[in-house]
Amino acid sequence: MTPLMHGFVWGLVIATVLVTIAVLSIWFERKFSARMQSRLGPTLVGPAGILQLVADALKMMQKEDLIPEKADSILFRLAPPFTVLFTLSVAAVIPFSENVLAADLDIGVLFMLAVGGLVVFPVWIAGWSSNNKYALLGAMRAVAQGIAYEIPLVLSAMVPVVLAQSMRFSDIISVQAETHWFVIWPLGPGLIAFVIFFICSLAEANRIPFDIPEAESELVAGVTTEYAGMRFGLLQMAEYLHTLIASAVAAAIFFGGWDGPFAPGLHWMVLKTLALFFTIFWIRWSLVRFRSDQLMALCWKYLLPLSLLLVMVAALFVHYCGVGA
Amino acid sequence: MTAETILFYLFGGLAVISALGMVLNTRNTVASVLSLVVTMVSLGAVYLLLEAYLVAAFQIMVYGGAIVVLFLFVVMLLNLSTDEFPPSKQRLIKSAFVIAGVAILAQILIALGHDPLFATPPEAVPEGYGGYRQVGILLYTDYVLLVEMASLLLLAAIVGALILAKRKID
Amino acid sequence: MDQWVAAAGFVAVAIIVPVSMLVGAKLLAVTAKSSSKLKTMTYECGEEPEGGAWLQFHPRYYLVALIFVLFDIEAVFLFPWALAIEELGGLAIVDMLIFVLVLLLGWGYALRKGALKWQ
Repeated sequence: MTPLMHGFVWGLVIATVLVTIAVLSIWFERKFSARMQSRLGPTLVGPAGILQLVADALKMMQKEDLIPEKADSILFRLAPPFTVLFTLSVAAVIPFSENVLAADLDIGVLFMLAVGGLVVFPVWIAGWSSNNKYALLGAMRAVAQGIAYEIPLVLSAMVPVVLAQSMRFSDIISVQAETHWFVIWPLGPGLIAFVIFFICSLAEANRIPFDIPEAESELVAGVTTEYAGMRFGLLQMAEYLHTLIASAVAAAIFFGGWDGPFAPGLHWMVLKTLALFFTIFWIRWSLVRFRSDQLMALCWKYLLPLSLLLVMVAALFVHYCGVGA
Repeated sequence: MTAETILFYLFGGLAVISALGMVLNTRNTVASVLSLVVTMVSLGAVYLLLEAYLVAAFQIMVYGGAIVVLFLFVVMLLNLSTDEFPPSKQRLIKSAFVIAGVAILAQILIALGHDPLFATPPEAVPEGYGGYRQVGILLYTDYVLLVEMASLLLLAAIVGALILAKRKID
Repeated sequence: MDQWVAAAGFVAVAIIVPVSMLVGAKLLAVTAKSSSKLKTMTYECGEEPEGGAWLQFHPRYYLVALIFVLFDIEAVFLFPWALAIEELGGLAIVDMLIFVLVLLLGWGYALRKGALKWQ
């Protein structure tokens, strides 16, 4: 198989699975949040309401593709597919097992950060081109928050890179498989770096408690205010995909990826990813929203110096104990 | 023609067109900034075709991801509309840029005439050339002084930017 | 190079996914025969929109973006360093410590000036 076909075929498989999980998670989230709030959630369509998804998807596709008169119509149409494109592209470098990976780039972590960093543009374009005050305010907040949390995200992702002395995802996982998961050992930097990485991923994906860009009590629906039908669906899907892919990255670089006893590697990777993904829902339905100033203070005052410190500690560890000590 | 050549012309063309779109678009500053993103990402793709992977990643991360966001926020801060450049001034600016562009083009052509880039095939580079290990080792041995000076430059940039921006905020 | 070609294959899929969804929606979507000014009006809580949305924004956004650029460049310097620690040893760590401390000086200055505060 040529490399192009390899990437394409695995891309089809991985993208299909990711999109399916992202869609299923909407049903799961509705059920889960309902239970947390002593409600039932969807029950009518299909067993336990699971076919509600199909109904919602069909409804979304059938809706008219509305373009507001004042909007910049070209950019307004282009933005949603680009959010999905950039979000999904990150998954190209994530290994789901020794064999299930599309592209084992030698600068995989950098690819993830560079491509993932581009997502702010389509989100901003979506808000700006709507020519709606709520949408633009939401977009400005989303970008400001996205770039602010990008720094601790990059620095905390650098900790496993330092510990494994490689930016290739499969190398990072191999080092963990030979020794310990980075979240456990070296005691301290790995765990704290994971917590920072997780917090920053939540902030980048605009998930509660960092969802000030789409705070419905003040901004209606933020960036998505003017969108309807499938374009709205794409923006929503990008958000779910973003959280899912961030969970997969965290599982790979901090939790040893496919490493685990008894079961095949793929099972472990999927289990770890879904566990982290579930945690994000759990956080979402447990916490309240941060204010903008608290959000910025957390990032600049605490996460930034802390993550820099962690990188230095990890470097000292590698220097004195060697890789995989 | 190989796939590589086709991709090179595709991304090279995209970079040129979007760069022109950025400069010539006076209707809408935001659209100008967005075409700059396209330019930066296309340049990143051209670097990839040159097998300069590290440079490509940094190009997209710093220029595509960071610097253009800065431009975007500057545009939002200034909120320029076409009214602020009267047509007469626009004509002046445009003609100045055309002259500058022609001058640069002439220089490039002269330089190429002296030392034809495509006359001899480029020398083969050693394994791992321009990879992160080589770059890292070179940066932190031979060029370490420059790296430290870069940190001072960044410090100066922070201080300077704060002094300029604080006046605006207060 | 092969791995990058494979990544390009994946990106092709990432393009196909949203496009196919939009095409599917295009086939299924209903289109109203008539449109009205009210229907395509910008949403502003049911009121008639007051002026345009493309307004001037506060300079603090600009400040955040600027500090972001600076620390992003720092990250660019950190990556090649992070992968050469094993080979370069203690000297590289001292080099980077100086680099980071100089930048943290700028960070401390920004903090004291209140530039990182979202007032």
